[in-house]
Amino acid sequence: MASAMINVPAKARRGDIIEIKTLMSHIMEPGYRHKASGEVVPRDIITSFTCRFNGNEIFRADLFPAVAANPFITFFTTATESGKFEFEWIGDKGFSETASASISVE
Amino acid sequence: MRFSGAIAAALLTASIVGAAEIPQTDRRSGYSFMAPDTRVMQDDDTANPGMLWVLDGEALWKRKAGAAEKACADCHGDARVGMMGVAARYPAFDRATGRPVDLEQRINSCRTSQQQATPLPFESRELLALTAFVARQSQGVPIETGADPQLAPFIAKGRELYTQRQGQLNLACANCHDDNWDKRLAGAAITQAHPTGYPLYRLEWQSLGSLQRRLRACITGIRAQAYDYGAPELVELELYLMSRAKGMAMEAPGVRP
Amino acid sequence: MQQPPNSSRRQFLGLAGGAAVLGALPVVIVRPAEATPAMLASAIQNVTGGATVRTGKVKLDIPPLVENGNTVPMTVSVAHPMAPEDHVRSIHVFNEKNPQPNIANFHLGPHNGRAQVSARIRLADSQKIVAIAKLSDGSFWSASVDVVVTLAACTEEVI
Repeated sequence: MASAMINVPAKARRGDIIEIKTLMSHIMEPGYRHKASGEVVPRDIITSFTCRFNGNEIFRADLFPAVAANPFITFFTTATESGKFEFEWIGDKGFSETASASISVE
Repeated sequence: MRFSGAIAAALLTASIVGAAEIPQTDRRSGYSFMAPDTRVMQDDDTANPGMLWVLDGEALWKRKAGAAEKACADCHGDARVGMMGVAARYPAFDRATGRPVDLEQRINSCRTSQQQATPLPFESRELLALTAFVARQSQGVPIETGADPQLAPFIAKGRELYTQRQGQLNLACANCHDDNWDKRLAGAAITQAHPTGYPLYRLEWQSLGSLQRRLRACITGIRAQAYDYGAPELVELELYLMSRAKGMAMEAPGVRP
Repeated sequence: MQQPPNSSRRQFLGLAGGAAVLGALPVVIVRPAEATPAMLASAIQNVTGGATVRTGKVKLDIPPLVENGNTVPMTVSVAHPMAPEDHVRSIHVFNEKNPQPNIANFHLGPHNGRAQVSARIRLADSQKIVAIAKLSDGSFWSASVDVVVTLAACTEEVI
């Protein structure tokens, strides 16, 4: 099942500053909600989001329970050369998802 | 509780139930009551969380299921063509049962009769994904639910449910949604209750959910006993609400507070 | 999507969420202990190490009146070059009244071209949000915004 939505322009000119938008499905359970029995619903969040371009880290976010469910994160990067973006989400309970997108820069 | 105080105020000013159906020219989608930031969330496909379910649904559409090893695509082909306009005329009359069925029930009846698979539970991720994907294929299409004359008695039943007072607060849907729309209740705008965006991503739920989920929440909110998922009353209410919204454009998956 | 190791736990939570809607396993939202201004100050201290934080350069875009505290769109930007020798290294966002003072940290570099990040956050109450930017020269800049949060009318208290 598709878990992530990535939006990266397919093409750009060298030097353009482009926006990358990412959306990942995840409950982001904060760990502060209670069941009627009084039990706390345990924390289950994405703790880290990283983007690499052609192997080099270009953006990283540390996430806390205050980030809303289905985290939507956007950032900018300068188009320097053609290549591949790789996105990684890591979280509680061994959560680990990746996605990728290519760009052609002329 | 602050909430019941506001309701009491609404009750005092409410006109006779059923006397104030919204004139055609005054009809507005729930979209128009939202803050600009929330509207942007719906408009931008790359930012609309409901699209995550649409993507899942697209994958499920092509996946073989059940003892018959059939995918939706095997019979219905490309959903962009086969499902165009379908959601805009649901709930629809089902000849087999002689009753209206909503989109979720139609998907499940296809699963059991055509795919020989088990029905998907209400509000399960898979059922929401398929419903969202199908509803998405009607984006921008004007609603035409209720055109079938066989639906008339069920629409009447739905209207009765919509206008009857119920629960501890003795409120009818019409009290808020016909008589007091655009006023505010506990800080939130009262909409006209047109289901143009369903299934939709509700910020309160932090998830996509169905119209039946919303109806149950509303009915619980006025301190009445909510009908079970799949209950005939909920389908009749859905049918009435969709026929009441006839001509308005579908906007699924919507985003709402 | 690969199944994470504790998938049965997640399935339970998923079922609990679904069952909560059906009324079988109610989930109630109890107001937990709130963060205090002292916690906020100490979280900021963890980032700045006690260095002076100047107001300016940072812009926090959050709707002043939020439709639903569960999902609040936020954009934080820093008006500063992103050159190799002079750029924004990181942006840290904090809150005043959630159970925890941290919201997120964003790590940047010159290649970003523009120091601007958007995310959707949760706010438990009307409160102040603070964003602090750390520049490559080691200086800190901040902005803060007061946000009013109202609850949705028919709050889903599942019974």
